[in-house]
Amino acid sequence: MLTDLTIAQARDGLRAKAFSAVDLTMAHLHAIEALNPRLNAYITVSHARAVDQARAADAALAAGDARPLTGVPLAIKDLFCTEGVRTTAGSKILGPFVPPYESTVTANLLRDGAVFLGKTNMDEFAMGSSNMTSAYGPVENPWKRKQDNTAVLVPGGSSGGSAAAVAARLAMGATGTDTGGSIRQPASFCGLVGVKPTYGRCSRWGVVAFASSLDHPGPFARTVQDSAILLGSMAGHDPKDSTSAPVPVPDFEAACARGVKGLRIGVPREYHADGMPTEIDALWQQGIGWLREAGAEIVDVSLPHTKYGLATYYIVAPAEASSNLSRYDGVRFGSRRNGEDLRDLYERTRAEGFGPEVRRRVLIGTYVLSAGYYDAYYLRAQKIRSLILKDFTDAFAKVDALLTTTAPTAPFAQGENMDDPVKMYLNDLFTVPSNLAGVPAASIPAGLDANGLPVGLQVIGKPFDEETVFAVAAVIEQAAGFTALPSLRAGG
Amino acid sequence: MAYAIEGSTGPWEVVVGLEVHAQVVSNAKLFSGAATAFGAEPNSQVSFVDAAFPGMLPVINAECVAQAVRTGLGLNARINTVSRFDRKNYFYADLPAGYQISQFEHPIVGTGEIEVELADGSTKAIGITRLHLEQDAGKSLHDQHPTKSLIDLNRAGVALMEIVSEPDIRSPEEAGAYVRKLRSILRYLGTCDGNMEEGSMRADVNVSVRKHGEPYRTRCEVKNVNSIRFVMQAVEAEAARQVEVWEAGGTVTQETRLFDSNRGITRSMRSKEDAHDYRYFPDPDLLPLVLEEDWIASLKAALPELPDAKRARFIQSYGLTPYDAAVLVAEKATAQFYEVVAKGRDPKIAANWITGDFFAAMNRLGRSIEDPPVTAGQLGGLLDLMADNTINGRIAKDVFEAMVETGKDAAAIVDEKGLRQVTDTGAIDDAVERILAANPDKVAEYRSGKDKLFGFFVGQTMKAMAGKGNPALINETLKRRLDSRKE
Repeated sequence: MLTDLTIAQARDGLRAKAFSAVDLTMAHLHAIEALNPRLNAYITVSHARAVDQARAADAALAAGDARPLTGVPLAIKDLFCTEGVRTTAGSKILGPFVPPYESTVTANLLRDGAVFLGKTNMDEFAMGSSNMTSAYGPVENPWKRKQDNTAVLVPGGSSGGSAAAVAARLAMGATGTDTGGSIRQPASFCGLVGVKPTYGRCSRWGVVAFASSLDHPGPFARTVQDSAILLGSMAGHDPKDSTSAPVPVPDFEAACARGVKGLRIGVPREYHADGMPTEIDALWQQGIGWLREAGAEIVDVSLPHTKYGLATYYIVAPAEASSNLSRYDGVRFGSRRNGEDLRDLYERTRAEGFGPEVRRRVLIGTYVLSAGYYDAYYLRAQKIRSLILKDFTDAFAKVDALLTTTAPTAPFAQGENMDDPVKMYLNDLFTVPSNLAGVPAASIPAGLDANGLPVGLQVIGKPFDEETVFAVAAVIEQAAGFTALPSLRAGG
Repeated sequence: MAYAIEGSTGPWEVVVGLEVHAQVVSNAKLFSGAATAFGAEPNSQVSFVDAAFPGMLPVINAECVAQAVRTGLGLNARINTVSRFDRKNYFYADLPAGYQISQFEHPIVGTGEIEVELADGSTKAIGITRLHLEQDAGKSLHDQHPTKSLIDLNRAGVALMEIVSEPDIRSPEEAGAYVRKLRSILRYLGTCDGNMEEGSMRADVNVSVRKHGEPYRTRCEVKNVNSIRFVMQAVEAEAARQVEVWEAGGTVTQETRLFDSNRGITRSMRSKEDAHDYRYFPDPDLLPLVLEEDWIASLKAALPELPDAKRARFIQSYGLTPYDAAVLVAEKATAQFYEVVAKGRDPKIAANWITGDFFAAMNRLGRSIEDPPVTAGQLGGLLDLMADNTINGRIAKDVFEAMVETGKDAAAIVDEKGLRQVTDTGAIDDAVERILAANPDKVAEYRSGKDKLFGFFVGQTMKAMAGKGNPALINETLKRRLDSRKE
């Protein structure tokens, strides 16, 4: 089936004229039609636009003008502004907002010939680890527990729609954003490769902001090589984003074949949670074994401030979010609820437009920045943040990359972990430190738990050394031989 | 004698510090490429960044940074090679992002000092605490529609420099002199046009009063005062109000007030309890602003001559009095005008004409130095006609008025009206003879010792010659004829 191809295979097939870009896009649009009503992975499907882009791709292929992604159908997280296509950020407050501009990352993908199938579901303003906070309904994980295929599992979050779409073959790859694990955790939950590159590698321009210093755009794909191809197109210096790094984009795809011989891989002893399922621990040990067998030297390292990561993250991220979300006031765009006066308009618009998790984080953020609490919370969190960065810097003086598990659990069912927000926040335990430090990290499917659900391992690299992350990830991918398929998928 | 307010309990000292918001001269806004021209159609100069659309990010405008550094250098201030932008969070309809990007903890410019000239000829140094860059907000219009407020975002995101003074100011006069001097420096630098009526410069005035030798008492901030005259009036009115409060046994509470220029009083806007909690924190969309020493040095090397240096030069190389020099350098354009007129001419006569008849005509007609009643070249031409004795000083005043009225050059007016000075000694001799013959009694009085009558003869002769006689020749002839038979 065309929908089962990897991006690398599709690229070759298109160039060899084995099938057309329109064939490939139509196959995906049909799959979306069949499965999206159940999975709810897409909020908006841009059918006509996708067909137009596929036709243009065929013309380019016929003219011998193929670019790295010509004709490859992708899904775009609904946090990326897309010119002329509605963008919701998973929230009601943006109303029928249609951006008059294209985000830099998606513009880069279009420049390279990609076809956009539509915009994917997500936790509201990327705040969540289950996709349950979306104003457009939850997303169903295409994977099922083997003993109980009636339980509806979450795809993780916040980029749950992107992960579900790629896992179910409703797209060949997707964009996501990762503020505290929002690419890596759903990748782990859906059996995908998800990459959070170095902070500054992918422009944030045109991406609806959650927490500016932590937001990282990145790709989802079904193979390490595909994720490297996507990141190669998405990345690059952007003068419109002051935090974008003026560094060249290396050949990530080539780096996948480097191997790990002679690399020193650190295993941080702090990446362990009480009550973590033994299979997840066992998979981690297995991953260590694979890398050792492939010629890497395994080194025990310590990242002593890891235990403060979550607390630090849940101060910094809401603080920035409380300020970033002030612009949703009903005055210039999005939905508005008129009131008695300006203050009443704000209160009605925001009370109606924001869901409970967003409101909670705006309140937390407002609190930690307020006079009298700033020093105790925000300032202290910034200090710990620099200690966490120092942990990584010290570790990377000894090793080339780190290997950990991605999430402390396998996918859980909709409704689980909903009683206590802190329980939900624990999902981000192993992913937030690399957001706080800005270092690159990827999740690679490594195996299945006792329920037959995917579990990912995380590779963390030095700043701007995604190449080593891809090299290590490719070795794990090969050793794991992960061939399991989700129950719900196109043609499945 | 130091300025003081005489209260029923004795004299009170006035303590004033000023925060001046000066709009940066630049083609684009502080963090966006939108234009900044004054008076454009509402909402015609607004980018998606200015309107805070989702996903939009600020990028610092290097020219605005250069302007702030130039200003810091002009204020003799320390330039901070590392500064940072913070977000000041509050909700208002004309603040699109819900926060203003400003510099709270680490401003681009640190302490400095400027010297102000006072009417009694003395000078005083006023300390500068800091200068920081920030965005302006948009404009809310509440009187255009019965139930709606209208928002104009043209000004939203325009770069402002907030220049904060030390509380070194002790009188309304000093407050006025400080703002005037600051405006003069900014205009010389070309970093702010200083047009207070267009709002490109406005002041927040912090006022407190105290008895001599006391520590500072509670201050009040009078917001958004938009002329130098109002700054002086606001200081006076607010200080007087505070003296009254203290002397009535009350307590001045810290608050924000507004100056009502119609009634000449300040009134309360909001108290400290209602003050916003701005929740300042470093803007995560912007990296710290790091300046290279070499770049600062290159800006310094390219600075224009500033008012203090120019005044010293005018005194030294033109021989002007300190007062005239100060008047001429106050505005860059006036100094330029003067130097054109003075070039190759008597610099003192040029100064006298500009500060005298020229300024009088300019003020009378409501013109400005940018739109002068006569050009510098024309005024120079008039001075040349005096220097070569074509006309005398009295006629020159008439010619000047005709120039103002007609816009013609001095030489053309002199020719048209036949005002060329008479230097023909024969004609002067004739006129003198006629006057002496017509006034034998006065001649006798003069010769008997009433020297004061000399002026009478000069006037009569000049009148007989329709003002065109060369005054020196008339004097000489009269002296010769009257004194010849005096002994």
